[in-house]
Parts: sequence; C-alpha cells; structure tokens
Amino acid sequence: MRRETVHAYLLLLPAIVLLVAFTHWPAIATLIDSLYATPHGSRPAPFVGADNYRDLFDDPVFWQALRNNAWYAVATIPASIVLALAMALAVNEALPGRAMLRMAYFLPTMLPMIAVANIWLFFYTPDYGLFDRVIAAFGGGRHNWLGDAATALPAMIAVAVWKEAGFFMIFYLAALQTMPTDLREAAALEGSSRWNYFRRVTLPLLMPITLFVLVNAVINAFRVIDHIVVMTRGGPDNATTLLLYYVYETGFRFWDTAAAASATVVLLTIMALAAALQFGLLGRRVHYR
Amino acid sequence: MMVARHSPIGYSLETLGAWLLGLLWMLPLLYAIWTAFHPAIYATHFDPLAPLTFANLKAAWQAAPFARYLINTVMLVTLILAAQFVLCTLAAFAFARLIFPGRDLLFVVVLLQLMVMPDVLLVENYRTLVQLHLADTILAIALPYLGSAFGIFLLRQTFLTIPQPLDDAARLEGCGLLARLWRVYVPLARPTYIAYGLVSVSYHWNNFLWPLVITNSVTTRPLTVGLAIFATTDQGIDWSIVTAATLMTSAPLLVAFLLFQRQFVQSFMRAGIR
Repeated sequence: MRRETVHAYLLLLPAIVLLVAFTHWPAIATLIDSLYATPHGSRPAPFVGADNYRDLFDDPVFWQALRNNAWYAVATIPASIVLALAMALAVNEALPGRAMLRMAYFLPTMLPMIAVANIWLFFYTPDYGLFDRVIAAFGGGRHNWLGDAATALPAMIAVAVWKEAGFFMIFYLAALQTMPTDLREAAALEGSSRWNYFRRVTLPLLMPITLFVLVNAVINAFRVIDHIVVMTRGGPDNATTLLLYYVYETGFRFWDTAAAASATVVLLTIMALAAALQFGLLGRRVHYR
Repeated sequence: MMVARHSPIGYSLETLGAWLLGLLWMLPLLYAIWTAFHPAIYATHFDPLAPLTFANLKAAWQAAPFARYLINTVMLVTLILAAQFVLCTLAAFAFARLIFPGRDLLFVVVLLQLMVMPDVLLVENYRTLVQLHLADTILAIALPYLGSAFGIFLLRQTFLTIPQPLDDAARLEGCGLLARLWRVYVPLARPTYIAYGLVSVSYHWNNFLWPLVITNSVTTRPLTVGLAIFATTDQGIDWSIVTAATLMTSAPLLVAFLLFQRQFVQSFMRAGIR
C-alpha cells in the first residue's frame, strides 16, 4: 500500500470506529434484533421472524403513536418554518431594536428542552397557569390543558414551535444576508411591489435553505421527545405518545427490547426517507468532489 | 439596507408585529425570571412592587446536588469537545487532502450519521455500553457522540478552502503530515473550530434523553437529568423553587450566550451553511 493510503486510514480509524460502533452498527443490530424474541436471562433469544412486527402492528398504542407523530410533524414543521422566515425577514430589515429582537427570537434555542418543558408546564397548570389566567380575564373557565386528550398534543406542538422557530430563523437570516442587493435595487427601479419581490425573487432564492430546514425539521419532529418525558409521559391515554417515546417506554419501562427494536426500525425507515429526500433534492447543491 | 416601496404605515405595522412576536417569544423566560426571584405567592399574580428574593435559588441549590450535576455536565461537555476536535480534525484532513481508495464511499458512510443520529438508537447503544461495563459513567454519555459526522463535514469543507501552496511550502520546509496539519490547517480553521465548539457545547449541555437512559447516580447525572428528577420527585410542587432550579441549570449557557451573542449567532449560521 502507498504511504499516503496508510496515513489516511490511520487518520480516519478512530473517528470511523466510533461512528460505526454507535450509529451504523446499532442501526443494523436493531434490524437483526427485531427478528428475535426478547432475550430472558442467559438463554439465547429464539428467531421469530416477522412476529415482533405482527405484534407491533396489532398494538393500537403503536398506531396511535404513529398518528400522533404524523399530526405533530404536520403541525410543527410548517408553523415553525413560516415563523422562522417571518422572523428572519423582520430582523434583516432596519427595524428599531433589531439586535434585541434577534436575541428574543433566538433565546429558546439556547435553553435546554427540559427547562422549556418546566416553564411551559407551569403555563398550562389549571387555574394558576398563565393560559387559564388570560382566559379567565376574558371570562373563560378553567381548563386542564395537559390532562385533556384533545388539547394535550396541541400543547406539545406549541412548545416545539416556540423552541424551534428561532433556530431555523438563523439559517434564513444567513441566506438573506448573502443575497445580492442589486436585485433589490433593480426591482425597486422597476416599481415592483414588496410582496411581488418577495414572491418572485426572495422565496425562490431561499428554496435550498427551505429544503435544508425542512429536512432538519422532519428529523427533529421524530427525534426530540424531552418535553413529552417531562410534561405528559405520553398521556393522557397515550394522546401525546410520539414514536420515539413509544420506543423509550417499551425499551426502558417495560424492558421489551424486541418490541422496541421493531418500533425503532419503523423510526429509522422514516428517517431514511428524510435522508433520501435530502440526498435526492438537496444533494446536488453540495459537492462531494 | 435598500427597501423597495416601503409605505410608512406598512413599516409601522411590520415593526409592531415583529415586536409583538418578540415579546411573545421572551415571555416564558421573563416569567420564569420573575417567578424565580420573588416569593412563592407572587408566582401566580403580578405585582411590580413585589419584594425581590434569592430564597428560591438558595432552596433549590440545597434541595438537590446541583453542584455535583454542574461538575458532571462540565466534565461531559469538555470531554466531548476535546475528543471531537481531535478525531474530526484527523478525519477531515484525510478527506480533504489525501488520496486513497474508498474515499468517496467512506465519506458517504460518515455523512449517513447526519440523518440517523445516535439519539434514536437508545436501546442498542444502551446494550453495547452495558456489555462494555461502562453504563452509568460520564464516558458512556459521551461515547456515541465522539465520532461526529457534522464536525468532520464542517472541518473538511474548511480545509478544502485552505490554499494548497501553503501546505506545499510547509512540506518543503520538512514538515511531516501531522506537523502540517497542526501548523497550517488548524490555525487557519480557527473560526470553524469556534463555531463548531459553540454548537457542540450547547447541544450537549442541553441533551437529555440519552443521559437519562444511561445514567443512574448522582456522580454521573448531568444538569438536565438532575433537574428533571428534581422537578418530578418533588411532590407538593413549589413552582418558585422548580423555576429557580430551571434557571440555575440553564444560566451558564444563557449568560455565555448573552455575553457573546454575535459570536453565537454567527457560529450557528456558519455551522448551518454547508
């Protein structure tokens, strides 16, 4: 082997070993484990084929988790992207107190999700919480936001949007700041309205960023469940059980690792689809030489 | 900044809207600060003349081993950052400047981690670390994140922009491979290291689910897990104290952010555009 090749492999070895050991291997191992029963004691687990999947698809809680997660994603992703874009457009202009505003939007990103969950938990408290007090001021009654299956998931969605919008704003802001100003001047000379300029020039130019943000938002919608663990534990009546929370619960509270493995495979499939989206649509923008 | 066709009314409305949204976004934090620094009875009603107090912070600090949790988090974050810098630098250099068979394939293997993050592979990683007899150690919290695709990618992109003649000059002066990396590449990539460092520290300072799963004792738990346990086991929940604890655990990062705001925002931007 050439010396350069040996050097390259030596440089790569530590990083690749760790990457494979804690990402690629566990992903494959999950797939294998999902075909075996949960091991008990020192007895090796018997091969059960598709049984775990059959059980999984027979579990109404799994379907509810999938449905909840779909709603959660469908609500969280567009809301946080639209807000992020609006925030970026706002702080990209010469508004009074622009630096302060940018900080306000970005602050939730710096807070741990768990801290955010604690603060919002208080907001949602019946009677004493901020929401009930505002509603009471308008003559409304008490509401148990997190205890009611109809409002618990929307309450989680609000938390996620509040936490994420400012983070995505940063990427839009970065793109807006590198946008050529002569386009804007030309549009102004031609008498194009601001809305027209936004729709015809800004928005198309931001398309790659929107795709990038979209993929990240999809991943986050299936990856972040800290607030669920702290605020509702999936309840009431599984109304806020998301897919990863289902995995966490079956794996670490019921210790049914085979069931957890098959649910993880479903989760990984969804993430792989998001990856395919990124490589297919966005990949062309990035050069791998 | 040039603005096309800007009517004064539209401008005022826009400013108002932006500020209303900003206030809405700051409200939870302001509320938390209010609650933490006032006696418990003021947590549920607002009174500008309410007396300030540090009693909540003191009570929270004494109610759980937060000092220990803080040390754990600092150790965790430091360990991760140091290891990531070294491992990612080596790998990024190989991808950026060395020619070897399988380079493109290996790079795609690395990039896969950008999509499938270790966070969702809890069950298998837990099993691996139990088998290695590392469960409930700070090293175990760190291990899944040490080989970072994000870091490798970011540094590789930066190394590619460093002019090859600089590298050649160092080589002519007799510098070996590691010496060139250390003397030429690392100094020129400083802004990337700062950006990546800030993103990594904030991610791992705030990370929760994996530490929750893999730790089981006071000597290993990071602040986030300690806070969650404190907030849920405390039966008759006293919001003022919970909020004080919440602020306490977020404060170091928050203060750092407020002090180096530009640096943080630019780092997140730099890390995002890739």
